[in-house]
Amino acid sequence: MLQIKDLHANIDGTEILKGLSLHIKPGEIHAIMGPNGSGKSTLASVLAGNEDYEITGGSVAFGDKDLLELSTEDRAREGLFLAFQYPVEIPGVSNINFLRTAVNEIREYKGEEPMSAGDFLKLVKERSALVELDGKLANRSVNEGFSGGEKKRNEVFQMAMLEPKLAILDETDSGLDIDALKIVAQGVNAMRSPERSFVVITHYQRLLDYIVPDFVHVLYKGKIVKSGSKELALELEARGYDWIKEEVSA
Amino acid sequence: MITTETVNVQDEKKSAFLGSLSSAFQGVESYTALRKSAWDTLSKFAIPGTKTEAWKYTRVGKVINQARKKSGGNTQINLPEIAIGGLRYVFVDGVFRADLSDELTWQGLNIRRTGESAENNLLGTLSNHNADWFEAVNAAFFNDGLVIDVDKHTHIDCPIHLVFFASEENTAAFSRNVISLQESSSLQVFTHYIGSQHSTFSSVVTEAFVAKNASLKIDKIQEGNEAAFHHVEWTKQERDSRFDITTVTLKSSWVRNDLNIRVAGENCHSSLTGAYLPSGKEHVDNHTMVDHMVPNCESDEKYKGIVRENATAVFNGKVFVRPDAQKTNAFQQNANIVLDDTATMFSKPELEIYADDVKCSHGSTTGQFDEEAVFYLRARGIGEVMARKLLVEAFLADVITTLSDERLQSYCTEKIQQLMHS
Ligand SMILES: Nc1ncnc2c1ncn2[C@@H]1O[C@H](COP(=O)(O)OP(=O)(O)OP(=O)(O)O)[C@@H](O)[C@H]1O
Ligand SMILES: [Mg+2]
Repeated sequence: MLQIKDLHANIDGTEILKGLSLHIKPGEIHAIMGPNGSGKSTLASVLAGNEDYEITGGSVAFGDKDLLELSTEDRAREGLFLAFQYPVEIPGVSNINFLRTAVNEIREYKGEEPMSAGDFLKLVKERSALVELDGKLANRSVNEGFSGGEKKRNEVFQMAMLEPKLAILDETDSGLDIDALKIVAQGVNAMRSPERSFVVITHYQRLLDYIVPDFVHVLYKGKIVKSGSKELALELEARGYDWIKEEVSA
Repeated sequence: MITTETVNVQDEKKSAFLGSLSSAFQGVESYTALRKSAWDTLSKFAIPGTKTEAWKYTRVGKVINQARKKSGGNTQINLPEIAIGGLRYVFVDGVFRADLSDELTWQGLNIRRTGESAENNLLGTLSNHNADWFEAVNAAFFNDGLVIDVDKHTHIDCPIHLVFFASEENTAAFSRNVISLQESSSLQVFTHYIGSQHSTFSSVVTEAFVAKNASLKIDKIQEGNEAAFHHVEWTKQERDSRFDITTVTLKSSWVRNDLNIRVAGENCHSSLTGAYLPSGKEHVDNHTMVDHMVPNCESDEKYKGIVRENATAVFNGKVFVRPDAQKTNAFQQNANIVLDDTATMFSKPELEIYADDVKCSHGSTTGQFDEEAVFYLRARGIGEVMARKLLVEAFLADVITTLSDERLQSYCTEKIQQLMHS
């Protein structure tokens, strides 16, 4: 599904990703953890096609496509989804209108007919219920005036609408209380399937109680420095990152 | 020495410009007192330049450095694709075209031509021909226009569509309108200014009188192309009245709008909304003035622009709150997106508040496209062109939705999208 090999990326001349490799197979859930500033969001942005970053080495294959050759929109149309750590507010663009445009542009890319208004609204109703997102929010401007938790749920709602092959969730749990966290996890779990993979970026083990990962990786200084099973997350929770930093510098 | 030379050059330009107009517009006579004071202004003052505060950012060379003829007004023209029903009146290069216009008289509505009779109309009683040079040019040379009177307690439920075409190369056209709403009446006017690929100068001054409890809405759309437009609206509101005006400037090479509102009665509402999108070498200048003379009134102003390439836009919004005008509620906002380093925006809110118990706020912002928002939309599978389209639409939405008619709204939205992608 996704094969990242020795990826290097700069921003404003500073190297942030320094030879990162990761292999994700269909249906798998990978958690990525790591101290602040280690490059987790950078990885997510680079995969989504943010042009502020310069790729200086390595490769990324997405299915049979060279991901780095695709525009941001084509990556999304090929089935890559990023739930942003900080979703942007877009005053004046209605959530619904925006999603409908997105759904139909993706369908057009795949050579499919646009979705009928009726089917679309039915899907909105069904998928917003997954994350218990108030129907009223769907009609508001994208993220405008949404609370932190609503923004995160809106990201998961969009994910559920667009049905990607690979979803990257960047700290979708940050700032959520336990009830909201359960709702978000429930939305993600409802979308799990043998063909759909997830990358869950988080600082906290508690999310991983609800979204159980197949693999846990530690990203530090722009590289995956340790990988393990879900137990690794428990160990990180108990011991912090110092022991890993020591291992790396040793 | 230098000063004298500058003055001489100025004088020469002025006499060449006025001279060409005087010979072109010979025989313009009625309204003698008005013309006389206009000529006094023209001789007393120099052509507005960088030292004239109100014209500081607007170069007038494009208008005055060209001898102008008067047109016969016979050009074959295509009526605008937008029709909103109601009554339509058409002027071509300042000349009334009865063949393209509806009948003048309707029930509850008295429409006559400015050029035909100077009697019983308020023309020249509000305008600023005594101090503003270009208003004086208009007052000296105008030869036609419409006087629209709405009777007391009459609600005209079909809009009036005034179309002013500017078509013939190197011509000038000067028109004056008077719109007068009697007590408790209402009217919606769509003023549509259309230019061509030829260089023209057209100046239209409209004076509007909104009596007690009356309501006037003006939708103003400017599509000048190569034309230079000088458009002035003067409005006086009596108590309990409402005046709303929306100005949308589509592709136009040179535009100067002066919108002035005197709020002379209590409990009035005035709203001024505008959008402009100059590109290439275009220049759009919106000067507005709201004069709160009495207490308990509300004004709401919102102008938004997208300025790109080598274009320049000017926004100057004056709000006066006179000492008596307690409990005034005045809101002003000017928001701009400047897309290129070569594009320029001058934004100047001017609030002069002499009363103490008032609520006034103003804000002026000039920024770029929100690239983060573009990325967000693209990351959801929306193509870049469509993403920018959605954002332009979103930015201008609260202006466009103030146009009274849905057909007008979609007409403008479509034109704006075409402009943004040309
Ligand atoms: N424009 C920039 N120029 C230089 N360095 C930058 C720039 N933008 C981000 N960085 C740096 O890149 C590094 C990685 O940031 P990133 O947001 O990917 O971290 P993260 O692992 O997601 O952290 P967090 O857990 O806090 O979300 C940080 O050290 C950050 O300061
Ligand atoms: Mg981050």
